[in-house]
Amino acid sequence: MTLPIPSGTRDVLPDEMRERHGVVAALRDVFTSHGYGEVATPAVEYASVLERAGVAAGAGAADPRFRSVDEHGETLVLRSDMTVPIARLVSARFSDAPLPIRLSYQAHCYRSIVPGRGQSREVLQAGIELVGAGAPDGTAEALTVLVGALQAVGLDDARVAVGDASIFPELLAGAGVDDARRAAILHELSTRDLVGLEREVRAACDEGTAAMLLHLASRRGGPELLDALEDPRAVAATEGVRQIVDGVDEDVRSRLILDLGLTLKLGYYTGAVFEVYAPGQGHAIGGGGRYDDLLGRFGRSLPAVGFALDVDALHTALVGKSRGSWRVGRPAPAPGLGAVSTPDAPTEVPS
Amino acid sequence: MNPFGLRIAVPRGVMMGETLDALDRVGVDTREVRENDRKLLFDDAGIVTMRPSDVPTYVESGAADIGVTGKDVLMEQRTRDVVELADLGFGPCRMVLDSIAGDADPAEEALRRLGVMRVATKYVTIATRYLEATGRQAEIVKVNGSVELAPLTGMVDAIVDLTATGTTLRENGLVIREEIAASTARLIANPATHRLRADAVDRLREALVAG
Repeated sequence: MTLPIPSGTRDVLPDEMRERHGVVAALRDVFTSHGYGEVATPAVEYASVLERAGVAAGAGAADPRFRSVDEHGETLVLRSDMTVPIARLVSARFSDAPLPIRLSYQAHCYRSIVPGRGQSREVLQAGIELVGAGAPDGTAEALTVLVGALQAVGLDDARVAVGDASIFPELLAGAGVDDARRAAILHELSTRDLVGLEREVRAACDEGTAAMLLHLASRRGGPELLDALEDPRAVAATEGVRQIVDGVDEDVRSRLILDLGLTLKLGYYTGAVFEVYAPGQGHAIGGGGRYDDLLGRFGRSLPAVGFALDVDALHTALVGKSRGSWRVGRPAPAPGLGAVSTPDAPTEVPS
Repeated sequence: MNPFGLRIAVPRGVMMGETLDALDRVGVDTREVRENDRKLLFDDAGIVTMRPSDVPTYVESGAADIGVTGKDVLMEQRTRDVVELADLGFGPCRMVLDSIAGDADPAEEALRRLGVMRVATKYVTIATRYLEATGRQAEIVKVNGSVELAPLTGMVDAIVDLTATGTTLRENGLVIREEIAASTARLIANPATHRLRADAVDRLREALVAG
């Protein structure tokens, strides 16, 4: 008998479950060792509460897609990420707690998918939120925890792309670009259409400004790319990124890829944004950033930063190195799942 | 593998020749690809070949690092997470709305009398978005080839299709009523490759753009 499950969901069997526990345990140890306390929130929330986050319908992954109505006619939604529920939690339960507040979580989140792309409706996320610590120190701490987490699960060759969602809005405002053109430019940037970006930027700006913006949008690489910036406007707008680079230690810095054109589609990011990539994985396996305006919408105005890792994507990246090799006959450079361990508490993962 | 160390998705069909010419000029040896019509994967050249509409699929997943496909394909598959790096200029064509030639546009007639027009297309997303954006109610009929047949048999009032020279349209008694978008070949990259291997991606992009 074939009993289907919804597309974009899957069952996890004992072998994989053991390995997943290894990944989760390693992440949890890192979060705990940095002083982050683990929390859980309900999978269902009132739509009216989450809508305070100002996440517009159709704005991307953070827009909850699973809705239902309760006994009183209130709309309930399945959470689509943990950042907004934790913002609610902090405002409700930590309203006079000393700062900063360090919270971590492992939780399933629910999203809509495009059929036929192998996307998941249900994503197990592990992450942290650091509330009450502004830029650049809070951002540097979050990146340090993030790099530590990637190393602890054995993804030494994973890299964190770091950008700043405020670079382009700031430069466009400085150049006197009107709102409609600004929105068009930011749209091309967030959909990563560099051809459309060039068209929109050239239509909105003088030649020198356009050249500066297009140059900036395509810069990716190590900290040296900040030194190579010449236009004083670009230097000023990327000051936040420079402070992050200066605020982390050498080991963390070596795992960052600065990407000055990086923006994320989620509307609530205000400053630094991160995307995590691992070789052999075509998609980002995690992401995050600063959201300094979000907490204020829930009653306690505080700067905040956080990230979430997709646990199954981390697991796939670990086994994918060896799995990829039998798929396409490439040699496997992978240490494999035996590398899932933490410095102080090695967790052997049966494979 | 090619000197860039990137796996390149090359579209079969009308864009293939110019794509291979462009790759030859930047130092990718494409002889084996030209000599083998049926083979799909060329490890020495670092090239994989496929239908243009499959290029974003392979590039998005990371199975290919970089690829060439038409802007029409990218518009139709607009939710694909790929980086559109450059307009390569070749393979120009237009996405147009056509109907049977004559003084009265059958599509406008249908809209006026019935409040809705029937439109056949291979490009369901583009047609739907365009007709919505221009405030017209339309019933979209998905067909997979020879779209020109659909209005001739009376199945639909108009079609949305790609045209390069317009010859096929004229021979079937159709005329272009509206131009929706222009399309050329685009260079696209996987977002992870775009960051993890920024130098190689930029070198290939700059070489291809310089021609």
